[in-house]
Parts: sequence; C-alpha cells; structure tokens
Amino acid sequence: MKSTAQILRGLCPMHVLIDEEGIIHSVGPTLHKLQTPKLIGANFLEAFDLYRPRGVTNMAQLLANEGRTLYVRLRNPKRTQLKGVLVSDGAGRVVINLSFGISVIDAVRDYALTSRDFAATDLAVEMLYLVEAKSAVLNSSLHLNTRLQGAKTEAERRAATDGLTGLVNRSALDQVLDRLCRSGQSFAVMHMDLDFFKQVNDTYGHAAGDRVLRRVAQVMLEVTRTDDTAARVGGDEFVLIFNGLVNEVRLGAISERLIGRIEQPIMHEGQACHVSASIGICINAEEGADPDVLLERADQALYASKRAGRAQYTFYDPGQEDGNSGEGKALAGE
Amino acid sequence: MIHGLILKTFQVFVEDTYGTTTWDEIAAEAGLDPPNFEAMLTYEKTMLRTLISSAETVLDKPSTQFIEDIGTYLVSHPNREGLRRLLRFGGVDFIEFLHSLDDLPGRARLAVPNLDLPEIELIDEDPAHFVLNITGDMRSFSHVLVGVMRAMADDYGALVLLDHKGGTSRVQQIEITLVETAFAEGREFELSQPGEQAGEGV
Repeated sequence: MKSTAQILRGLCPMHVLIDEEGIIHSVGPTLHKLQTPKLIGANFLEAFDLYRPRGVTNMAQLLANEGRTLYVRLRNPKRTQLKGVLVSDGAGRVVINLSFGISVIDAVRDYALTSRDFAATDLAVEMLYLVEAKSAVLNSSLHLNTRLQGAKTEAERRAATDGLTGLVNRSALDQVLDRLCRSGQSFAVMHMDLDFFKQVNDTYGHAAGDRVLRRVAQVMLEVTRTDDTAARVGGDEFVLIFNGLVNEVRLGAISERLIGRIEQPIMHEGQACHVSASIGICINAEEGADPDVLLERADQALYASKRAGRAQYTFYDPGQEDGNSGEGKALAGE
Repeated sequence: MIHGLILKTFQVFVEDTYGTTTWDEIAAEAGLDPPNFEAMLTYEKTMLRTLISSAETVLDKPSTQFIEDIGTYLVSHPNREGLRRLLRFGGVDFIEFLHSLDDLPGRARLAVPNLDLPEIELIDEDPAHFVLNITGDMRSFSHVLVGVMRAMADDYGALVLLDHKGGTSRVQQIEITLVETAFAEGREFELSQPGEQAGEGV
C-alpha cells in the first residue's frame, strides 16, 4: 500500500506536507527542484515567504486560512511567486499544494522545467503552447499590419500626387483649401496657366511638353515655402496656396520671380523650349470662405492677365465681380 | 474560404525547397498576381487546388510526392522551428505525440480561430499498430500529415513505418507501425523558447 506522501508525490509534484508545528515532512519532486536550501525539516513559514494574506506569522494563523488562496515567494534569488491552497486532515497533517500560476513562463525558463515536471492534469504545458502559438500568430499579424500600413501610406501619397510633376493633385488641393477655409486663416490662392505651352507640345512633341511641366513644377517648389501648397490641376494649369501670406507686394514679387524663371529657356534634346505664365491671385482674409468661390476669383484674375497680354499677374478685384472684366480694371502688374 | 496560413506554407515550402524562381513560375501558372500569399488573410477555397495542379505542372511530378515533403519541411526545416516546438508540446514521446494528434485541429483553432483543419482520429489496434483516420475535404492534408509524422518520429528518435492507405474523398487513412520508440537519440526539447535569456543563479 502506498503512503500518503507517495500518493501526493505522484499527483502533486509541487506539494508541501507539514505537521502541526509547521515542520516540512515531504515535498513534491518539482518543488524540490526549485528550492536549493533544504526544505525537509525546515519550518514552512521560514522556508517560504508567505506574502498574502498578510500578517501570517504562526501556524494558528496559517491554519485559519484553510481553503483560501495563499501567495508565497521562494526564498531564493529568483523570488519565484507561487500560489497554493492548504488543507489540514484535522489530525496534525497539513498539505499545501502549490502551483506557478501566471509565473509559469518565467519558471519554465529559469528552472529548465520539462513536461514531466508538471502533473498530467496541469494545464501549464497547454498554456505554454498557447503563449508560443499566439505570439507566433500575433507576430505574423504585426508583420502584415506593417506591410499594409506601408502600402496604405504609399497609396495615399499616390492618390494625392500628380504622377508627372510630383506636385499635389486636384483632390489633395481641395482638401488643403477646405481645411484653410474652415480654419479661418488668411491665405492667398494663385492660379497659374502656362503661355505658349501648346506651341511647345505641337512643335517639339509631348516629351518636350512633359519636360517643361516638370521644370515648371520644380520652379514652383523652389519659389514657395515648405508649408505652401503647389498643385497641378490641369494640363498646364497650376494652383499655389500661400499659407498666411496676404501681402500684395510680396505676392507680386513672388509672381514676378515665378514668371521670370519659367521664361528661362527649357532645354529638351538640344531644343530650347520657351514658355511663360499668366497668374491670377485671390487673397482671402475672411472666415468661412467658399473654396470654389476663391478658385473662381483667382481664375477671373488669371483671365484678366491673359487678356492683358499674358506673362503677367493680376489681383482679383471685387469691383468686377459679375462683369465682363475689362482689361483696365484688373490690377495688372508686370 | 481557405486560410492564408495554408497557402503561405505552400509558398514558403516551394521557395525554401525549389527556389523563388520556381515559386514565381508556379504562381504565374496559377494566375496569382502578385505572387504572394498573406498568412493572416483568407482566400478563395479553389486556390489550393489550383496551386497544387500548377505545382504538378511546373515541378513535373505527382502532387503526393511534394505534398508529403511539405509535412517534413514544416517540422524539420531550420526556418520552421516554431511548428516543431508546438507539436512537441503534444507529448513527451512519440506515442504520446500520436495520441495528441486527435487534438491537433482543436489546438490549431486555439491559436488561429478561423483555421479549419480536417478532423483526426487515432485508433490504436495494438501497442505497435495505429490507424489514423482523417476526415475532411482537404485531401492533401493527410499527405502533409505523413510527412509531419515522419519528421516527428525522427525528432523523438522513434523508428516507424508509415503507409498512406488512400481512402474516399472524405476519409483518408494512414497506417502507423511503431518499430522502436527509442531507436535513436531524439532532438532536445525544452519547454522554454530558445533565445529567451536564462536568468542567473539557481
């Protein structure tokens, strides 16, 4: 016949069997593996650091906690936490069965435990399996998320960009304008249309035309500040938005610089392509403006420049709101 | 729908075994564009069959040959240490491992809830003879399993004979004869994941 201690060793590899004095009579094989100082013969409350429930310093207090969850730490450098439950047979023998609880993952590593260190009924191995499987799956998901995030950013960038020039496109421009109008910030909208671009296309071909458009885009980026917006909104039509800049003198100077640099010959396969630009400017200093109205006003000013002989800039003049704007009325600069 | 994990496994098996050029050929043959599966997405159920027949064409061999290799690859290829470890959680020796196969689909679902694998039932006829019944509509899975068991037997150091008996389209059978459980030194298995820093002391 097997003794109680033998049965306990078979079923509970982490049990402690103590007497009513608290002296340890036997321990399970796994617990034996963890605790280097000799456990047999030691006092349970000295061999283990019982930290919850608090204030248990003698056997009577310990026995009063029968059936409740006990939390102990090993008195070794790892200070491994264990949880356990105590049952007394009422005749001087007390069994405390311990387990790792949530610390099982660290314990398996710290003590190089194997499946045989756990009772067959213990779910520890299943838990380790799950932790490992789940982290593999989670890793996979994280990698996928990173790739999708990259693809999304790239798709958004492409959706907002004009493929030929790298400037923002019409839909991105609309978003910028909407945001600015809602914010109530003052800003200027500059509508620019190339002059003689059709001649370049017709004479030297589309490749030359593309070269010109790319060069113009480059000039626009060089002449503007980083928080301004330069957009290509049509074949040879561009819109610039100057954030917080409403000074007519400065806007005029920028326009002159733009036109001057665009008028520099642009070389394509040994051919010098000549274009210029007409510009219309609309300044917005009011809150809640309608983006479409602002674009329309910049457009009106642009056509004033065109009618006045091209290669010049014009500020929108509210006085001509609904008229056929006469050439003289727009404030034309050159 | 079929889980991307299954298709991705097929892809990395081909890439690691036959090279990326071969994979690109198979993907092109299968009309897969871009030639890449995402392990965490799902795909049309017909994709697996398309993929297998494309691989038969490109590799110029019957599918049963390379599908069994997938199982071996999954367990024994250095790039795939993860699955070997997960399977080793199933038992301390090869017989325990065989018995844990019944739980395999359930375990797989614990890790990846929408991963549906065929049901597996182990029948022990005597201590050295087993029959594995595999029920489900993914017939190739039973061939993968043969490869997995072959590699796991090596891993445990057991000597076994495996015989795929075929079967119906729904139920496939594998006969397992255990010649010796401790035929060779098996590979080490520590419960704790390698690469984790062992603490000091103790």
